[in-house]
Amino acid sequence: MAMLEVKDIHTYYDNIHALKGVSLEVNEGEIVTLIGANGAGKTTTLRTISGLIRPTAGQVKLNGEDLADYETHELVYKGISMVPEGRGVFAQLTVEENLEMGAYSRNDNRVRDDIENIYTLFPRLQERRRQVAGTLSGGEQQMLATGRAMMARPKLLLLDEPSMGLAPILVEGIFDTIQNINKEGTTVLLVEQNALMALSIADRGYVLQTGEIVLSDTAKKLSNNKMVQKAYLGVD
Amino acid sequence: MSEARNNTAPSSVWKSVLRFGLVGGAIALYFCMVGMVAAFDQRFLVAGQLTLGDLVLYVGPFLAGLSTARALADRTAWQRLLFGLLAGAVAALPSILIMLFSQQVNIGAVFVSLSSPLINILTFGRGLPDGLPLLVGVFGLLGLLGAAYTFLSQQARNAVNLALLVIVTVALFSDIPIRVIEKYFSARVARAIFQGNALLPLSAVVLSLLTVGLSYFGSLRAAKKKVGESKKPERLILGRYPINQVLSWALVIAFLLVLPQTDRVLAHVMMFIGLYVMMGLGLNIEVGFAGLLDLGYVAIFAFGAYTIGILTTQAAIGTFGLSFWVALPIAVIVGVVFGALLGIPVLRMRGDYLAIVTLGFGEIIRLLALSDWLSPLVGGAQGIVRIPSPSIAGFDINSPERYYYLVLIGVALTAFLAVRLRDSRLGRQWMAMREDEDVAQSMGIDLVQTKLLAFAIGSASAGFAGAIFAARLGGIFPHSFSLIISITVLSAIIIGGFGSIPGVIVGAAVLVGLPELLREFNEYRFLIYGILLVVMMLTRPAGLLPTDTFKRELESLEEGDEGMNNPVSAGG
Ligand SMILES: Nc1ncnc2c1ncn2[C@@H]1O[C@H](COP(=O)(O)OP(=O)(O)OP(=O)(O)O)[C@@H](O)[C@H]1O
Ligand SMILES: [Mg+2]
Repeated sequence: MAMLEVKDIHTYYDNIHALKGVSLEVNEGEIVTLIGANGAGKTTTLRTISGLIRPTAGQVKLNGEDLADYETHELVYKGISMVPEGRGVFAQLTVEENLEMGAYSRNDNRVRDDIENIYTLFPRLQERRRQVAGTLSGGEQQMLATGRAMMARPKLLLLDEPSMGLAPILVEGIFDTIQNINKEGTTVLLVEQNALMALSIADRGYVLQTGEIVLSDTAKKLSNNKMVQKAYLGVD
Repeated sequence: MSEARNNTAPSSVWKSVLRFGLVGGAIALYFCMVGMVAAFDQRFLVAGQLTLGDLVLYVGPFLAGLSTARALADRTAWQRLLFGLLAGAVAALPSILIMLFSQQVNIGAVFVSLSSPLINILTFGRGLPDGLPLLVGVFGLLGLLGAAYTFLSQQARNAVNLALLVIVTVALFSDIPIRVIEKYFSARVARAIFQGNALLPLSAVVLSLLTVGLSYFGSLRAAKKKVGESKKPERLILGRYPINQVLSWALVIAFLLVLPQTDRVLAHVMMFIGLYVMMGLGLNIEVGFAGLLDLGYVAIFAFGAYTIGILTTQAAIGTFGLSFWVALPIAVIVGVVFGALLGIPVLRMRGDYLAIVTLGFGEIIRLLALSDWLSPLVGGAQGIVRIPSPSIAGFDINSPERYYYLVLIGVALTAFLAVRLRDSRLGRQWMAMREDEDVAQSMGIDLVQTKLLAFAIGSASAGFAGAIFAARLGGIFPHSFSLIISITVLSAIIIGGFGSIPGVIVGAAVLVGLPELLREFNEYRFLIYGILLVVMMLTRPAGLLPTDTFKRELESLEEGDEGMNNPVSAGG
């Protein structure tokens, strides 16, 4: 059984039909990517999974359990953690305080150790641990948002466009880190517009177009797919 | 005057003079036209020399000179002074033109304040047109002073600002020092320093010299300290705290306890400030901590007051006749419950929408209190009268001082609660929610619970304040619970600094205390609120006593743009 199972969900914003029957699966230990153009519904899919919006039809299941009965804030206790689009760091708190907030749902005494782990993952954050998050650069904020999500010790990490607005060199760094996080045992659902990078680290991928999944395959096959190459990889 | 130095083109110099001069003139004219200059002219600050009206009038030309000199920073000192003077003189033009115009055409109907007393002030008693050159001269002089101000070092500026502030404060609130001196020394000493309510010129000079001296001495010491910072100064420690901190707290507490004893009016005003501090601290939990912009806060204040009214009144509509002390916790609980209830419908709203809907709630509650429908219970427009004053073990709380102490207890409780909450897990939840609701949720924070707790806990102190308010007045009427209360409380929070607890206290003291103590200000209360808010937003956007997070954010912003001009708090 897949860890995350999204079954034929339909999501509306008032009368805009944003998701028209999206289905996808993420197995434990995988990196799965969801690619698609602007406005395809990628963010909406993540928001639906995390309960920020409710689907009008369809199901989201985690390890076989329907998530419809849970509020968003309860999902973190089920092991789902999200890095929202546009990062959403707490601008007025320092880097370290942001990380501490990330451990809000935990009540064990390993928080300090985990903060140190995050610093090993992102040395840039350690240098700036006392800096106010609002003044970090875009890339640093992305690292912080990712680190903060990791602080919840998620089993499943939902990432919404971690490469947005970053210089190519930083993009590679972030994707390396995602791979590392995954190797340590976190399952990842990665939403991306940067299809090339996303497919290079993912096991499998889904292509979303105007609210519908049009393709799904292993990452390797997707990167060789003519239509994907044309539409998302800039190859003709 | 070498050509190479002059970076500003000659034409732009004149443009600056004209522009800043006219803006300064517009400010001066504005204060004249709203009637402040004439109204405040009765109030002498320095006997025979300077009135509050003069001070208000002088702000415009002073700022004109100051801004002009700033804009011409690349010119020689003499040029800056000269152009500052000219800008000051230009600032006289708008007022002169209006006055001359009023001679030709009767515009009194439009400009009601343009009366002969005002013209008398502007022409220094010489009438039109003889006094006009004098007005130009005085304004020019102020422009010159404004320009000269830009030459002072930061230290000197601080000293001058402080001296001015001290003189104005002492003179405005002279009632208090006079009464204290009369009580503890003698009336003769008071007469040697003050005349009527104003400082005598000599005492003004002595006072300002003293302030300047002390301020200089203080900054010298601070500078020395900075030099020798590496050596850790030895400090006396009392328990866990350094002794000077303990002493200053003891002083503040003694001050708060003793001051109202000196004067009834003062005790009354301080009690009033205390009520607003309580409400400010409560609303600060909603607005400052949790980011919920609530404009209907007065409703909870009304709930507290009406609960006391209904439960304790001895008038005909009263059926309960409870004692104040039984009714007080009920009032607090009613506040908490209704705070949470009013929160339920706005759970999904944010920002502006929340503000508008809560504003509506405030009005609905007031209209309900006025309505015939509820009048059997709450008395309609007649309100509830004959609310007895509380007594404790035969000791009646019936004078302003005693109510003040009751309020002080409430303030202490609320402040304690606010500090503890801010540093608690719940405080963190509020903060996260204020910053980003979605992220807060994905971190495991239950928004519904967090929001309702903010509304409920924030409302407790308003219920408490309302209860004391009702007992103090002995009667309550719907019109006492208008939107203005919500606005005043919110302004106190903004002026003090969002989320900052000491800030709320200072904000309430400034916004509530000043107009109560200064009858002259009452008419212009909201004008002054407005000016204060705008000036604050421009010069100290984080408030008077900002929280650490706010300060940190501003500091790290400033690192980026050092060239930003530092705020000036010049009076005139
Ligand atoms: N709050 C909203 N209200 C109304 N429509 C919305 C809202 N949010 C998104 N939409 C619409 O839903 C559709 C899908 O949006 P979504 O944000 O999921 O796209 P996306 O794939 O994440 O795009 P991008 O790559 O630009 O982030 C778009 O047409 C968008 O306009
Ligand atoms: Mg998106």
